Amino acid sequence: MNDIPVNLKAMIEARGLTKVYKMGTTEVRALNGVSLDVFQSEMVSVIGQSGSGKSTLLSILGALDLPTSGSYKLDGREVATMRDDELAALRNQRIGFVFQKFNLLARSTALANVELPLTYAGVPSRQSRKRAAETLTLVGLGDRLDHKPNELSGGQQQRVAIARALVNNPSIILADEPTGNLDSRTGEEILELFHKLHEEQKITLIVVTHDPKIAAQCQRVIKLRDGVVVPDDDTRPLMTYEALRNATLSEHSDSH
Amino acid sequence: MRPFQNIRIAIEALRANKLRSALTMLGIIIGVGSVVSLLSVGNGAQESILAQINGIGTNLVTVVPGVLTLNTSRPPAAGSIGAGARPLTDADARAIEERVSNISGVAPEFTANGTTITFKRTNILAAARAVTPDYLMVRNQTIGEGRWIESSDMSTAARVVVLGADAAESLFGELSPIGERIKVANVPFTVIGVLNRVGGGFTGNPDQSVYVPLTAGYRSLFGSRAAYRGDNRVSVIYISALNNDELETVAEEVTTVLRSEHRLKIDDEDDFTVLTQEQFLSIAGAITGILTIFLGAIAGISLLVGGIGIMNISLVSVTERTKEIGLRKAVGAKRRTILIQFLVETVTLSVIGGFAGIFLGWMVATLISATGVLQATVTPNSVALAVGFSFMVGLFFGIYPASRAAALQPIEALRYE
Repeated sequence: MNDIPVNLKAMIEARGLTKVYKMGTTEVRALNGVSLDVFQSEMVSVIGQSGSGKSTLLSILGALDLPTSGSYKLDGREVATMRDDELAALRNQRIGFVFQKFNLLARSTALANVELPLTYAGVPSRQSRKRAAETLTLVGLGDRLDHKPNELSGGQQQRVAIARALVNNPSIILADEPTGNLDSRTGEEILELFHKLHEEQKITLIVVTHDPKIAAQCQRVIKLRDGVVVPDDDTRPLMTYEALRNATLSEHSDSH
Repeated sequence: MRPFQNIRIAIEALRANKLRSALTMLGIIIGVGSVVSLLSVGNGAQESILAQINGIGTNLVTVVPGVLTLNTSRPPAAGSIGAGARPLTDADARAIEERVSNISGVAPEFTANGTTITFKRTNILAAARAVTPDYLMVRNQTIGEGRWIESSDMSTAARVVVLGADAAESLFGELSPIGERIKVANVPFTVIGVLNRVGGGFTGNPDQSVYVPLTAGYRSLFGSRAAYRGDNRVSVIYISALNNDELETVAEEVTTVLRSEHRLKIDDEDDFTVLTQEQFLSIAGAITGILTIFLGAIAGISLLVGGIGIMNISLVSVTERTKEIGLRKAVGAKRRTILIQFLVETVTLSVIGGFAGIFLGWMVATLISATGVLQATVTPNSVALAVGFSFMVGLFFGIYPASRAAALQPIEALRYE
């Protein structure tokens, strides 16, 4: 039985993150001083309405964008001041990102898409093919290696994207509305996959969503409004951790 | 990151986007192919014209009556005598032969264009050229069959004739004309030889001509038409200098001799024109230069069109490629890696397309040469120009958008519309 997350090391430490976009002459403050911690092997959801800054926050946590100010430490290393090449290495080695729109290379096979991070990591071709195939098998697409994205369903495409995020054994997986482009049943299957990865591989997961039902399945909910975190008492976990755990366990035993 | 993995990524990207790769390559192929083939035609035309000029003789100095200025003149048509101008005479030719040094031969010619030549019932029109034995050497011609006019023919004014290759063929077909009697302007002559074909026609068509001894021409054919103040006119005098370096000196000496022969005062203009082969070459060079510029302009337009093709493909795919770059960066590609990928893509397309274009241009040049109109030759310069230009275009339109996209944060590139 796991301890509650407070006893674990903080994997993500964000302090006073701001992000300002210049739209012509006006400035838009997408983030206005966000501080948060995420612990190892936690499954956290970030919720908020459209425009609340949740996707901006996730991009910064995923090193896809840099904050205008503030500090962001991943595994104790400051990311906000990293050089371009260090960021690339970080994205490659430590972070897996799952997009709402999948963002697969449309004309490459599932296998080639999943191999991509390994190629950039310098893994030789034979090994990267093997690992990509294994990861695709893990997400349930072992029989679709040579299919191109347009030959796959939306759910299958998202599984390819998840395999791509997983393939380099990252510390953390960030998912931005991962079920947003999927019907509800397929969305649930994707969430089940996340739960399974979380349970079996102890992967740290942050899921951005506007769907309270998804948020309810996470251990902790961080709520954003107008670029700031809404105080904790307002975003009490919808379930206690124990309840959540029992719920996810029973769900998994149902599905197996 | 190993270098070959960069290449692998680029090749995979090219293979994944076959249509885009093919269209880009097509732009390069068209650009390179048209430049190579057009410039080969221009080059071939130039070489062919220069070869014809070189073929009219060896270190040749040509004297024609009257004044030709280089700006306005055509090359002189043999036998045309400027109206009212003092003609050149046989005596002028003799004076040149005696008094000009460093020459290997003097060949005066009297030409009667459009002379009727008859063998049995066959009539043809040909230029009847009355010449001296030196003519063969001076004009770089060779005997194919029989013999050439000799000095004994000259001294006896023998009614013998040597046929140009075309004239011989139209009169005799496959038969040998040697020893046959033909009529030149109704005067019977005996065929003693046939010249090899020289082609071209820079000073009238030498193949569609018949050659008789100068003395026989004056005595039997031209009569009073050729008489001038107790001497005989010539249409043109060819002088062969001993070597190329002496050409200008010989031309000057010829001028001096002729001025004294024609009793011109110091202030008088020349009443004749001395042209060296160099001058012919420079006239022809100017003409072919214009031709080459013209073809070069067309080729330039083709390059531009090919370049615009490449540009279009690149610009149309900027959005897609920007997203691709965003994604690649999101999964860990460094900026340098992205640039190397695009560089390798561009170089691959340029090299393959460039080679295909050179091959296409070479094929066109070969086809044109096969028609026999001219010998189109592919030059290294045109290849370098075409490949260089296409490469630059490909590089600019391939690398520039890519480098801009690679400078963006991944999330901005992914959101690019």
